[in-house]
Amino acid sequence: MSERSDTETLAGLPVPRPDAALVVRDVVKSFGGGFDVARMLRWRRNGHGDAPESGRRRVVDGVSFEIRRGEIFGVIGANGSGKSTLIRIISTLLLPDAGDVRVFGLDVVRETMSVRALINRVSADPSFFRNMSAMENLMFFGRVYGLDAPAIKRRTPEILERLGLEWERALEPMAHLSRGQQQKVAVARAFLTSPVLMLLDEPTTGLDPRSKRDVQAFIRKVQAEHNASILLTTHDMEEAEILCDRIAFLAGGAIVAEGTPLELRQRIARGRPLDEIDMETVFMELTGRDLAEDEQPAGLAAASV
Amino acid sequence: MATMVSGLAVPARPARVALAWAFMERQTNLWKRYWAWELVWLVYGAVNTLAVTFIANQVDQSGIAVGTDVKRLVLFLLIGTLVWAYLSAVLDDISLVISWERWEGTIEHTLMAPVERWLHLTGMVLFGIIHAVLRTALIFAIAAPFFTVDLAQADWPAAAAVLFVGSFSVAGLAIFAGILPMLYPERGIQMSMMIQAFVLLVSGVYYQVEVLPAWLRAISHVSPATYILDGIRGAVIDGDSIVDVWRELAALAAFGIVLIPGGMMTFAAAERWAKKTGRLKRQG
Repeated sequence: MSERSDTETLAGLPVPRPDAALVVRDVVKSFGGGFDVARMLRWRRNGHGDAPESGRRRVVDGVSFEIRRGEIFGVIGANGSGKSTLIRIISTLLLPDAGDVRVFGLDVVRETMSVRALINRVSADPSFFRNMSAMENLMFFGRVYGLDAPAIKRRTPEILERLGLEWERALEPMAHLSRGQQQKVAVARAFLTSPVLMLLDEPTTGLDPRSKRDVQAFIRKVQAEHNASILLTTHDMEEAEILCDRIAFLAGGAIVAEGTPLELRQRIARGRPLDEIDMETVFMELTGRDLAEDEQPAGLAAASV
Repeated sequence: MATMVSGLAVPARPARVALAWAFMERQTNLWKRYWAWELVWLVYGAVNTLAVTFIANQVDQSGIAVGTDVKRLVLFLLIGTLVWAYLSAVLDDISLVISWERWEGTIEHTLMAPVERWLHLTGMVLFGIIHAVLRTALIFAIAAPFFTVDLAQADWPAAAAVLFVGSFSVAGLAIFAGILPMLYPERGIQMSMMIQAFVLLVSGVYYQVEVLPAWLRAISHVSPATYILDGIRGAVIDGDSIVDVWRELAALAAFGIVLIPGGMMTFAAAERWAKKTGRLKRQG
């Protein structure tokens, strides 16, 4: 491997800054709104309620945080709090309405290709071509990240073995695998490309306890071995405590608290022993919400008739 | 191979051919798995070719036309059905570029890969053309024994040139059609299929465009399929050489020059809009 200075470009693309893995500054994202004929007709008939052009929902409301290199940073929030929207913005699949997101100094909006080469993602849903085998899926997703066939064939069995998936299962159509096995292949897909920033969007949701432990153990090992930086979104407090160096609580599209698990407990301790305070209680006291309840996005207008 | 930048491993940019090949390989694997559907479309294509071309036999038996006129009609219909089988396969494979990802739930993972969209579309176009050639060749092999055709006069290089140049203009049209499912997740695929239906109507697949009402005949001039059919029929039925079909080749080249880059630029703009409005999610 060759050394280059930070000021040069690589094949015409900007060189990333390695000090902060991810910087998110004042990001805002809203959906909906615009002119709605049905809403206009109801408004005219009823003579009250929302104006026809309202209905815009602010899903991410001025979010700011940083992930240091080699850190696992957790974002915890209820359904509808904006976690997946945030992940999509960082993944370059959504354009923020305002704010700045940089991956190793690269702007996710203006330097999209460079950012994509550095990241990968595991989502709650495995997302594969169902009738293709795991190996065929991994061959495709590896190639589009620039890996050649020999490299994919060499790395895949090794990664799957570490995840506890037999090699023979990788040759069967994805539809024949269990949910837990599919999610292991999803984790393999993400780590196959050796990303320097990993986005894990509820990666263990819906998994059986054993599969969940296998995936968590794999994440810890790979992070330790490769010093990967990881953004993890989850509902699972125990998972967040086990894996994350720091945690942020997301509620109403905004971050309401951030710190290490210990720091967050200290904020609400008020003299209580820290080991008697669980993270769900910390979440409820700091956000005023129950993690189990779905959220209404911030800025939602009153429901139309 | 990675390059180290202040301790950070930055992946090397992969070769563009390799990136386009990834999509061709994937589509090949997909079609191998969906072999039953491939068989359905093959049978449907062969049956359609036979059913339409048998009209010429009906005309012969009823005495409406005889001899050379019937032979020309057989070739006219046979070429029309085969060319349409080819064009519809190309249109389907390329216009489903977003829809297929959505059905499979892979849209986010595919679109966040570090592949320029034009490379993605190039891979899909190349696969679509090769796939369509193979399917059409099989349909011809099945249907040809049912008819007595004289191909001694055919100028195959001219026919191949028209098909080759025309394929790119149709691919460009398909890229435009492929934008619709991205903009309209719920109805986009139906809209792109209606475009295909309209091309079938105005391009002279089963009849000369001269039989169309004047307003539809005017629209036929902006369908690349019209020139493909005219050029191939001229080459195969009348033995027109490459020089003789220069007008069709020029029109198709012009279509290709406009539709392919135009389609890719419009696709990129549509993708940006979809990213702004959140339409790249798997359920739209």
